[in-house]
Amino acid sequence: MTKRQQRMAAIGALVVGLGLAATLGFTAIRKNMMYFYTPSDVAAQAPSADATIRLGGLVVAGSVRRGEGLRVAFTVADCESEVPVHYEGILPDLFREGQGIVATGRVGTDGVFTAQEVLAKHDEEYMPPELAEKLTDENGKHSCAEFKRVVQS
Amino acid sequence: MIPELGHFAMLAAFAVAVIQFVVPFAGTWKREPRWMAVGASAAQAQFALILIAYACLTWAFVERDWSVAYVAANAHSQLPLMYRISAVWGAHEGSMLLWMLMLTGWGAAVSVFSRSLPRDVQAQVLAVLGALCIGFLLFMLLTSNPFERHFPVPEDGRDLNPLLQDPGLVVHPPLLYMGYVGFSVAFAFAIAALIGGRMDAAWARWTRPWTTSAWLFLTLGITLGSWWAYHELGWGGWWFWDPVENASFLPWLVGTALIHSLAVSEKRGLLKSWTVLLAILAFALSLLGTFLVRSGILVSVHAFATDPARGVFILAFLGIVLGIAFSLYAWRAHRFVADGEFALLSREGLLLLNNVFLVIAAAAVLIGTLYPLIVDALGLGKISVGPPYFNAVFLPLTAPLAVLIGLASVIGWKRAGRSEVLRRLRWPAVLAVVGGLALPWLVEQKLLLVAAAGGMLALWAMLMALEEPWRRWRARGAAGLTQMPRGIWGMTLAHFGIGLWVLGVTFVSLYSIERDVRLGPGQSTDLADYRFELLRVEPFSGPNYDADRAVVEITRDGRHIAELYPEKRLYRAQGSVMTDAAVEHSPLRDLYVALAEPLDNGEWAMRVYVKPMMRLVWLGGVLMALGGVLAASDRRYRLARMLRESATVPGGATA
Repeated sequence: MTKRQQRMAAIGALVVGLGLAATLGFTAIRKNMMYFYTPSDVAAQAPSADATIRLGGLVVAGSVRRGEGLRVAFTVADCESEVPVHYEGILPDLFREGQGIVATGRVGTDGVFTAQEVLAKHDEEYMPPELAEKLTDENGKHSCAEFKRVVQS
Repeated sequence: MIPELGHFAMLAAFAVAVIQFVVPFAGTWKREPRWMAVGASAAQAQFALILIAYACLTWAFVERDWSVAYVAANAHSQLPLMYRISAVWGAHEGSMLLWMLMLTGWGAAVSVFSRSLPRDVQAQVLAVLGALCIGFLLFMLLTSNPFERHFPVPEDGRDLNPLLQDPGLVVHPPLLYMGYVGFSVAFAFAIAALIGGRMDAAWARWTRPWTTSAWLFLTLGITLGSWWAYHELGWGGWWFWDPVENASFLPWLVGTALIHSLAVSEKRGLLKSWTVLLAILAFALSLLGTFLVRSGILVSVHAFATDPARGVFILAFLGIVLGIAFSLYAWRAHRFVADGEFALLSREGLLLLNNVFLVIAAAAVLIGTLYPLIVDALGLGKISVGPPYFNAVFLPLTAPLAVLIGLASVIGWKRAGRSEVLRRLRWPAVLAVVGGLALPWLVEQKLLLVAAAGGMLALWAMLMALEEPWRRWRARGAAGLTQMPRGIWGMTLAHFGIGLWVLGVTFVSLYSIERDVRLGPGQSTDLADYRFELLRVEPFSGPNYDADRAVVEITRDGRHIAELYPEKRLYRAQGSVMTDAAVEHSPLRDLYVALAEPLDNGEWAMRVYVKPMMRLVWLGGVLMALGGVLAASDRRYRLARMLRESATVPGGATA
């Protein structure tokens, strides 16, 4: 092969390789990506029972019930809706009632969200950005009197 | 007064940066040696000024000057001195100052250690670094000034984020930044090569130690970050494929490709434009990492800045720097002509293959990191891509790399003879296969095929790393080893480290046992052969926190192994709660206990792990970095410098 052919072959191989990586990558992303839902989203259109989603909302005050071993049940809410959550395992340090959390898991046919992982972050004022955005009105303020009622009831 | 001095030093540094950029460039344009020489002194002056600014900020932290907004936000009167000093880089503004300190530090180092460079090249390199300093200083002065005062002055500070109050974090960011920023030197060399249209073996030889140094710092930084996450927030995890972790891993992957392609460019005069492209890409990814972390578009523990102005500024800066770099590349790179023939079965051929895999792996990680951000920016919904994606894509791409590593020393430059190569790798291959099959069974009494495959790759890499010293020892005894150049020792050590790392990752991923349990005082749980007994939970007071401290005794067949003290801390200043895990480790296994949350009647939720070979993951990283130290300090770089110095002294002015 001449030098030019060799170079073209090398470039060709790289392009094919990168293409392959991109294809593999996007297929893998499609299989592994998780959509973010708020309780209202779940109420509007429940995700299929085999889809793993991330559910974000605030833990309703007084809803946390401990069970056998490390089992725990609580309710997550936003302005309009609530979703019951079941979880077995260790809750993060910052998990508190009235606190914003994001949980990864599936919504069962009974409407109960079974969490595999629960995340809570930072200080009291922290809300998951996805949730904060959905609670923001046209004036750019968190306005949700309804939501306060749910959380503090 | 001191904070104002710091602010003033930053302003002065900005002025010097402008000089460092303009004058040497003009000098190369006009071929005026005195103007070119300005670059070196400007770089040193700038480093001194930033050092002053940095010292001023540190002083404000040490003296607890709450009138400085940044200090008040990130320290507290009870914060221990060590953490007050490290709090300087505990949040955005200060870590940008640390970044600047590193950038100017690298610039000053170039001005001192690269005196042997042709004057115009040194001038151009320093000018490019000066231009980068202008950008970052502008960014700090306009959007993130750490010296800003605020009134009224608060009574006390708000304290450093408790997550960051850990010895690991005292050193993690500086190392990481050294690495990130270090690639700016390779970048500056690449730009100088493009401007000058010269890219030869000498260029590669100048660039190599700088790139290797940056790479070794990055390696150490990432390793330490992983160790810190394991202890402080990981709940026993050591890598999360968090976007911010990816941000540091991407330049590492491309940087690794770069140090290998630089070897080809130096030894064989091939892959020249590819090397230059990698140098640009490595720095581009460092900048992209900064953008991701600083813009606040990521949801992450690391993402502290959430001011959109900062994100816009960095994005614009990224656009300008890369726009110029890639235009130059498109315009000039075709001038670099290969000096020789290229055979696939040769060291350069395999190094090219290594580069292809590394770059594709980087591309896959980049896609997974950016895709959710792009989808979000286009308003197509909020998605996230988790670890399963990265594991699924990354592992198949890295396995061939482990195979290739083994061939590093047995296949020579130019063209290798098949029979000779086969003869050299016969026995190590057999050993690796047998050992790989035996290892899972010996260590864990349970054979998993994946573990055997991982073990084989690991042993293969380790055995073949030792092939070269072994061959030299066989040929010439101890003299063969003592005369082995440091560069080869570096390669041996780094490749051995990769092998250890593969071994660690394989075993810790496949054989870890994790359990969340509910335990009361006096109760115990069995995990593998170990019994974890919670003796009691007692109150404990640290300098700035109160804690519940558990006493956990670990026994094996009734024999005492260790007593661990995991804590649940409440930091007084912000009232934030932190888990401080306790770990007992030997090279072959980690025993990990974390105290999660109090339940009813004195019982606690606890997390207990047995993690085999966890230490090897980090030990591998440290060995890679040590290999980098050896390679960067190879005698031939110093020799080249000395030769040049003696050559240029008599006719110095003509260069």
